[in-house]
Amino acid sequence: MKQYFKNTFDGIFTVLIGMKVTFKHLFTPAVTIQYPDVKVKLPERVRNRLYVNMDDCIGCDQCSRACPVSCIEIETVKSIPGEDLGITSNGKKKALWVTKFDIDIAKCCYCQLCVFPCPTECIYMTDVYEFAEYERSNFLYKFATLTDEEAVQKKINYEKFQTEKAAAAAKSKPETPAQTENKSE
Amino acid sequence: MYQFLYDLIGNEIIAGLLVAIVPLTIILVFALFGIWLERKVSAHMQDRLGPMRTGWHGWLQTVADLMKMLQKEDIIATDADKTLYNIAPVLVFTGSFAAYAVIPFSSKLLGSEVEIGIFYVLAISSLVVAGILMAGWSANNKYSLLGAMRAAAQIISYEIPTALIVLSMVMLTGTLSLDKISQMQTSSFWNWNIFGGAIFGLSKFLLIPFMFVGALILFISTLAEVNRIPFDIPEAESELVAGYFTEYCGMKWGMFMLAEYGNMFAVSAIIVILFFGGYQSPIGYFGNSVGVQWLVPFEQGFWFIAKGLTLVFVQMWLRWTLPRLRVDQLMTVCWKYLIPYAFLNLIIIGIISLL
Repeated sequence: MKQYFKNTFDGIFTVLIGMKVTFKHLFTPAVTIQYPDVKVKLPERVRNRLYVNMDDCIGCDQCSRACPVSCIEIETVKSIPGEDLGITSNGKKKALWVTKFDIDIAKCCYCQLCVFPCPTECIYMTDVYEFAEYERSNFLYKFATLTDEEAVQKKINYEKFQTEKAAAAAKSKPETPAQTENKSE
Repeated sequence: MYQFLYDLIGNEIIAGLLVAIVPLTIILVFALFGIWLERKVSAHMQDRLGPMRTGWHGWLQTVADLMKMLQKEDIIATDADKTLYNIAPVLVFTGSFAAYAVIPFSSKLLGSEVEIGIFYVLAISSLVVAGILMAGWSANNKYSLLGAMRAAAQIISYEIPTALIVLSMVMLTGTLSLDKISQMQTSSFWNWNIFGGAIFGLSKFLLIPFMFVGALILFISTLAEVNRIPFDIPEAESELVAGYFTEYCGMKWGMFMLAEYGNMFAVSAIIVILFFGGYQSPIGYFGNSVGVQWLVPFEQGFWFIAKGLTLVFVQMWLRWTLPRLRVDQLMTVCWKYLIPYAFLNLIIIGIISLL
């Protein structure tokens, strides 16, 4: 009988304790972060979407070779003498037209291995992490600044220059065309 | 209300329909508000925010959900008993809606002024059990059937302590009419039944502890009757998917939801009428002190809904505090604890009221 009343008392008392706890939590500030409106501050060295600053790119292809999943594709065309491509921000002279610089971000594994070999520090990780797309093809980011027509034009220019040089070389036999090519580089 | 409308319009059917629309509107608005409140209360008790994006603090979330439910395809399982399956949600909602017929929201908004109000409420709310059994049986799903069986066992068990406490209150007040019980507790909160009723004397002070016990038992047993946590074994999400309405979808499911919230307010209203003074103000009426008589019924309506919502809030509060009871624990609470205490309470209140 004593146990019976103790059970009754415990039943009511413990429920009241529980209610006290939940009532306290009713007025504690929520821990929710209203995501699209409020964003958590990212850590300093966070790795997210890649970006290439094409003004500084010299087309050396080192990032593409460093990539473990081969998501970077680069095509370059040599410039012909007389064309001024400008210099990069750390003083290097650009010698190649970058006709294609594609990063398939869907393949990217965010390892940052492409960032370290870059001699001009033009490829780097940004803090953008919201880049969902409806079409898978939209994940192929094209960074090349030349338009398709311009790229074709550069190619034609270079080929023209090559044939002209080959013709010049044919006239003066002693020099081999391969050596001149190395010199111009 | 009916008499007023009848005098105004002069047509029995139209006046009756208009009177019937009032509680329907109250249920619908309350369901919209109650579901939003439940979400916010549960969220804040768990240190979350709840719905925030539809309207101010998500107050339109329920409306958006309603729109979604109305657009859903109505799927009926091939092996279901289609007639019973379609009737069940209507019956369950009818049970909770019909209880509103006798609930006095204020001295002018009474609904039906029947003399046997509380008896009618107890009787008509049993209709819900039939609806739930029908839903569980006709869906031809084992989880539904288990849920329905549990619901039937639970609701019928818990009707006994409810009836015993109601009986003791009827004994004390000497009437079954909800309006008359409300009128008895007028003028001040000190006259509410939970403080021993309006008759001042020795018996009033003797009654107070037993009234508190009675109110507590009535609250617990009605909580079990509307199948809410901690007494939600008929629905038991982690065990039975959704209990008796597992197979329902779209607006039929919505009607079960509507019935649940309608019931929540209905049982709160019964507790308020029996113990907390019904529509009476605890501190006197502003309309009376200023001399504007027509303001009084509106104030009464405000007080009734405020008291009801407070109890609804306590129900939600309990829901997010306690875990679900096991079936045997549920039956233990009812048969071993609530019923003996309710009986004892009934006898003691009987003796005191004889004094």
